[in-house]
Amino acid sequence: MNAAYWLPVIFAGLMGLAMLVYVVLDGFDLGVGLLLPLADDAGKDRMVASIGPFWDANETWLVLGAGLLLVAFPMAHGVVFGALYVPVLLMLVGLILRGVAFDFRVKARDPHRPWWNAIFALGSLLAALAQGVMLGRYLTGFAEGVLPWLFALLVGAGLTAAYALLGACWLIMKTDGRLQAQAIGWARHSVAGAALAVLLVSGVTPLVNPAIAAKWFALPQLFLLLPLPLGTVALFALQLIILPRLARRQAVGNDRYCWLPFAATVGIVLLAFWGLAYSVFPQVVIGRMDIWQAASDPEALWIILWGALLVLPCIIAYTAFAYRVFWGKADSLSYQ
Amino acid sequence: MELDALALARSQFAANISFHILFPSINIALAWVLLFFKLRYLRTGRQAWMDAYGFWVKIFALSFALGVVSGVTMSFQFGTNWPGYMQTVGNIAGPLLAYEILTAFFLEAGFLGIMLFGRPRVSERVHTFATLLVAFGNSLSAFWIIALNSWMQTPAGFVMKDGRAHVTDWLQVIFNPSMPYRLSHMLLASGLTVAFLVAGLSAYRQLKADRSAGNAVALKTGVWLAALLIPLQILAGDAHGLNTMEHQPAKLAAIEGVWHTERGAPLLLFALPNAATQSNDYALGIPRLASLIIKHDPDGEIRGLNEFAQHPPVAKVFWSFRVMVGVGGLMLLTAWFSAWQLRRNKATAQLDRRLLCWLVGMTFAGWVATLAGWYVTEIGRQPWLVTGVLTTAQAAGQATTGMVAGSLLTYLALYAGLLLAYVSVLFHLAKKAAGHVAVTLKEVQA
Repeated sequence: MNAAYWLPVIFAGLMGLAMLVYVVLDGFDLGVGLLLPLADDAGKDRMVASIGPFWDANETWLVLGAGLLLVAFPMAHGVVFGALYVPVLLMLVGLILRGVAFDFRVKARDPHRPWWNAIFALGSLLAALAQGVMLGRYLTGFAEGVLPWLFALLVGAGLTAAYALLGACWLIMKTDGRLQAQAIGWARHSVAGAALAVLLVSGVTPLVNPAIAAKWFALPQLFLLLPLPLGTVALFALQLIILPRLARRQAVGNDRYCWLPFAATVGIVLLAFWGLAYSVFPQVVIGRMDIWQAASDPEALWIILWGALLVLPCIIAYTAFAYRVFWGKADSLSYQ
Repeated sequence: MELDALALARSQFAANISFHILFPSINIALAWVLLFFKLRYLRTGRQAWMDAYGFWVKIFALSFALGVVSGVTMSFQFGTNWPGYMQTVGNIAGPLLAYEILTAFFLEAGFLGIMLFGRPRVSERVHTFATLLVAFGNSLSAFWIIALNSWMQTPAGFVMKDGRAHVTDWLQVIFNPSMPYRLSHMLLASGLTVAFLVAGLSAYRQLKADRSAGNAVALKTGVWLAALLIPLQILAGDAHGLNTMEHQPAKLAAIEGVWHTERGAPLLLFALPNAATQSNDYALGIPRLASLIIKHDPDGEIRGLNEFAQHPPVAKVFWSFRVMVGVGGLMLLTAWFSAWQLRRNKATAQLDRRLLCWLVGMTFAGWVATLAGWYVTEIGRQPWLVTGVLTTAQAAGQATTGMVAGSLLTYLALYAGLLLAYVSVLFHLAKKAAGHVAVTLKEVQA
């Protein structure tokens, strides 16, 4: 075991961690953006207020994930982003639009506000769809043809539903009253979409990619891997049970367990992520390139690793602090 | 120039980087100005300083959002359009970019929420500290990015092995020969951009009959900041020029329009550099002044473009430089005259209507000068991407002309729309603040 072997493994882990944190954190604020058109004006303001202090920092995890791919696996970065040129462009346009609409909507003239609201929702939708399509394209090894593209679109719809679920559950946790009741309803709808998406993606991925099928359905592994799908099913079942109960309790002003749907959704994301990571590792471009072929020189990786080991705990600490400061129900935002 | 994928990729990168730099050039210094407002408030207890903070933090939030989203775009473009860049100098660019994200980007984004919205929820001390960390993170971000950019201009501390750069000394890589000059020039440029933005918008508010103390202290801060920074910038620019002569003589020759090595070179005020005839048409210059400025000797020798096998496109560099210096001169006159007027009218803290209009006109002068300065720096490095190591053409990717053209048009349309929205929202905010003050005054009088 030498540095050239395990440095790329560590960086694959760090990159995976950054992507996972991104999907959970920006997932809920993209999800809130997706749901925005469903609320009334007061609800819209409150929804935006609930993600206001966080979205900038959330998006930084995407920069870290993509940045680590660029600096630690430069050979793969060119291939991946070369093949994903169009969806990456669409995602960036989406992220730009929603990022600025978020700020413009509170500052623009009143007649302009519905426009910025629409742009915020549209940008969130575009970013979510594009990220899902990117994942779908990636899982087929960028295969061309109607079926692989259909699969990619399917994953796009699935990830969008998952983000909507995250967003709805975030709102259940962070709001109360009418908006919270609405959010429970949105969660009940998106939970079905997300479950269908997880089912289809886990069913279709082995079909479109025989190498992944071989990894899952070989005998000893299959039993070790079973907790992943079973756990996912259990968490979805939990959602189906608690959401109606929460609705009844909420109607009489009882707010206990309002955090549970969000925690369950994060659990589902974690399990799905492990499944994907197991399917892909140690490849970085499926069927073409593994992490060792794509990695930077150990000298550069060492330098980055030292910095990351030193700084990541601080980042996690102050991110936690920021969430702690804005703990509890979201109130209307005011500068200063 | 043919419109092939390379030219388009370059235009796209230029468009992105030009759009992006507009916002860091505001954010870097505005964060420190906000910290200054906050500290003045804590020291004096005057609400005016907190009002100034309250107004400008909104503009900071908006500029920060635009900086973040355009920065995310930039980080993706390294890979999509310039794969040869990371393959050749990834051992250097990789760690520097990683450190920028890890130490700076997370810091500013992590504390931004508390700075913007946290004041009701945390103590005054924690809020001030969050403001400090955001300001520090912004400047640290600039430090890493400028270190990398400077290294691309004047590479040091590495050896080439098998077509890849390998670091021999990180201190030499980071503190490469032009880095201190470039960093101070950029930080001062950010300070001036913000000084004129603050002065310009505050002048606009005053024109809209805003007599609030919060606006008056902001106007004063903007004008005095500009007046203090501009001489420093002239000194930094001069030192930077001397450094360029030493390390990038071809760029300097293009800046001065010196086609053939000469002694006692004139400072050209106007000329149309002509690449075909290797000379300047319609040249109008002050004899010996270029030699005096650059060599600090009226008979000093300036190496001409004829000494370099490859040199940057002359006209673009030549004119960008003159725009930068010209706007800088206007800034000097404006800042000092306004500062003098403010001193004279100390009692009322009001300025003459014509001067206010002029200040409004100069609101974005910093942007013009900064962009022009970056064009001098970046076009002046061509045809190299990393001087002497990698040409721009070698780093370009495989993307087809159609794809690059499509994305270029998308970005251009998006950026034009956003810029328009940004500027109009800035003035809308100023007008709203002024209107709000006018209404409260009427209420008080009634």
